[in-house]
Amino acid sequence: MLEIRNLHVKIEDKEILKGLNLTINEGEIHSIMGPNGSGKSTLAQVLAGRDTYEVTEGEVVFKGKDLLDMAPEDRACEGVFMAFQYPVEIPGVANNYLLREALNAKREYNGLEPLKHIDFTKLAKEKMKNLDMDESMLRRAVNQGFSGGEKKRNEIFQMQILDPSLAILDETDSGLDIDALKVVAKGVIDMKSPERSFLIITHYQRLLNYIVPDFVHVLVDGKIAKSGGKELALELEEKGYGWVEEAVNA
Amino acid sequence: MSVDLEKLSKEDYKYGFTTNVEQELAPKGLNEETIKLISKKKNEPEWLLEWRLKAYRQWLTMKEPKWAHLKFPKIDYNEISYYAEPKKNPRPKSLDEIDPEIKSTYDKLGIPLEEQKKLAGVAVDAVFDSVSLFTTFKEKLAEEGIIFCSISEAVENHPELVKKYLGSVVPYHDNFFATLNSAVFTDGSFVYIPKGVRCPMELSTYFRINAENTGQFERTLIIAEEGSYVSYLEGCTAPKRDQNQLHAAVVELIAHDDATIKYSTIQNWYPGDQEGKGGIYNFVTKRGRCAGKNSRISWTQVETGSAITWKYPSCILEGDNSVGEFYSVALTNRYQQADTGTKMLHIGNNTKSTIISKGISAGHGQNAYRGLVEIGKNAYNARNYTQCDSMLIGDKCGAHTFPYIEVKNSTAHMEHEASTSKIGEDQIFYCQQRGLSEENAVSLIVNGFCKEVFRELPFEFAVEAEKLLSVSLEGSVG
Repeated sequence: MLEIRNLHVKIEDKEILKGLNLTINEGEIHSIMGPNGSGKSTLAQVLAGRDTYEVTEGEVVFKGKDLLDMAPEDRACEGVFMAFQYPVEIPGVANNYLLREALNAKREYNGLEPLKHIDFTKLAKEKMKNLDMDESMLRRAVNQGFSGGEKKRNEIFQMQILDPSLAILDETDSGLDIDALKVVAKGVIDMKSPERSFLIITHYQRLLNYIVPDFVHVLVDGKIAKSGGKELALELEEKGYGWVEEAVNA
Repeated sequence: MSVDLEKLSKEDYKYGFTTNVEQELAPKGLNEETIKLISKKKNEPEWLLEWRLKAYRQWLTMKEPKWAHLKFPKIDYNEISYYAEPKKNPRPKSLDEIDPEIKSTYDKLGIPLEEQKKLAGVAVDAVFDSVSLFTTFKEKLAEEGIIFCSISEAVENHPELVKKYLGSVVPYHDNFFATLNSAVFTDGSFVYIPKGVRCPMELSTYFRINAENTGQFERTLIIAEEGSYVSYLEGCTAPKRDQNQLHAAVVELIAHDDATIKYSTIQNWYPGDQEGKGGIYNFVTKRGRCAGKNSRISWTQVETGSAITWKYPSCILEGDNSVGEFYSVALTNRYQQADTGTKMLHIGNNTKSTIISKGISAGHGQNAYRGLVEIGKNAYNARNYTQCDSMLIGDKCGAHTFPYIEVKNSTAHMEHEASTSKIGEDQIFYCQQRGLSEENAVSLIVNGFCKEVFRELPFEFAVEAEKLLSVSLEGSVG
């Protein structure tokens, strides 16, 4: 599904990712953890195609294609989805309007007919129900006046509609209370499938109580310093990141 | 940006074609002879010719206003022809008599003149250069006592109404461009809604400039009697030419007691090319008089065309409890310049005005909002709400705001909000991550920005306006 080889990324003159390697196969859930400033969000943004970051070395292959060569919208249409850490507000643009345009752009890219208004609404309402969202959120402007929890839930809702093959969740758990966290986790678990992979970026272990990862990676100073199974997350919760950092520096 | 974008931005003005018809043009130049010729062509009564000549003599003493935030070379008023009409049958009695070339022009513009083909519920007056060619649904409207015809026809058939109201809101000596218009105006629409009548359909005028080296000087007059209602819309396009062409219009609205006039504009004159060559100079005076109590005048404009736009649709709020509204979207791309806004003059008690202005600048565009809200000393409990937002796309364009507020009565409530923002990279990226192209993302975000104005437009036209905005934005990113 995704293969990242020796990825080096800088912003302005500062190198953030310093030779990162990661392979994600179909159906796997990977979690990336790490201290502040280790490059977790940079990785998410680079995979999604944000052009403020400069890739200086390395390659990323997604479903056999050179991901870094694609425009952000083409990556999206190929099946890359990122749930944003800070979803942006777009005044005057209805939530369902953006989402329908997005879904139909993806369908068109993949040679499918656009989804009819009525079918889209049906699909949207069904997904919202599962996420415990009020239908009025369809007509509200994108993220405008949404609470923190509503914004994150809206990201998961969009993910469910767009049905990606690789979903990247960038600190989706931050700022959520325990009830919202459960809803978000359920939204992810419902989407688990042998064809779909997840890259879950998080600071804390608590989300991983609900979404159990196949692999946990610790990112330190722009590189993966340690990889393991789900028990690694618990170890990090208990001991912090210090011991991994020390091991890297030793 | 990509090759596709370049292609798109070259294809963008799809109304830029020329209609090949033989036209009769007045000799270039502005003098009393020209004015006499226009008046004769229109078969006008003596009083109107005198009025025109009075305006012309006044105009000779006036200077072009320089206060607007606009830069353009000096206009040579003697290099313009002030009258152009199709040679063949300029006054067709029926649709069959219209030159097929011209008829197909309107088909191409999406304004079929056959009533059965037209959008149900919209009557159209088609103005081609200096003449109104045809007005649809005239008879049907007449059944309700509504007069909808060209101003030339109104002069002939309803002289008492024209004489009473022409120049009553915008006097002939009002300003340089309005005075010029008063001297040389050719055609435009006339609307009269009798007492208590709610006009059953949208009325619209479609202005087309076709002839080269001519100016278009439209004059529109709308009168809404006590308790009546009318919604009127105008649209404008012109061929692509390297020379600038002048359009100087005057629109006057009069709303009596309890009457409402909604006036919407979708202005899409040729904006000039990528280098800023050519395009229409649009100098327009639009003013409405809320003469009666509880009357209401609402201006909605979507200005995406023209090389230069100089336009301030205004309301004189005389009647107690009268309401004035101004909703505006002005987009400048390429080298377009716009200086636009409104004047709200509160004279009666409990008068209320709302101003919502959305300026979008892209490319090398310059966009200025200029507005005056004046509360007269006898206007008790007046209220105004003003919101002007500017959005910048790219780093070579400009946005400017010039609000003037004069309050002479201490019971007034004034609210003013203003914002300027750059279109958010974050917003664009968010949309792209969901699958939209950069162009579509910009168009989506800008349309969202303009929502409050678009929802004031009649439904079919709101859809048109959104499309138009997207087309006008093409080539603005990258």
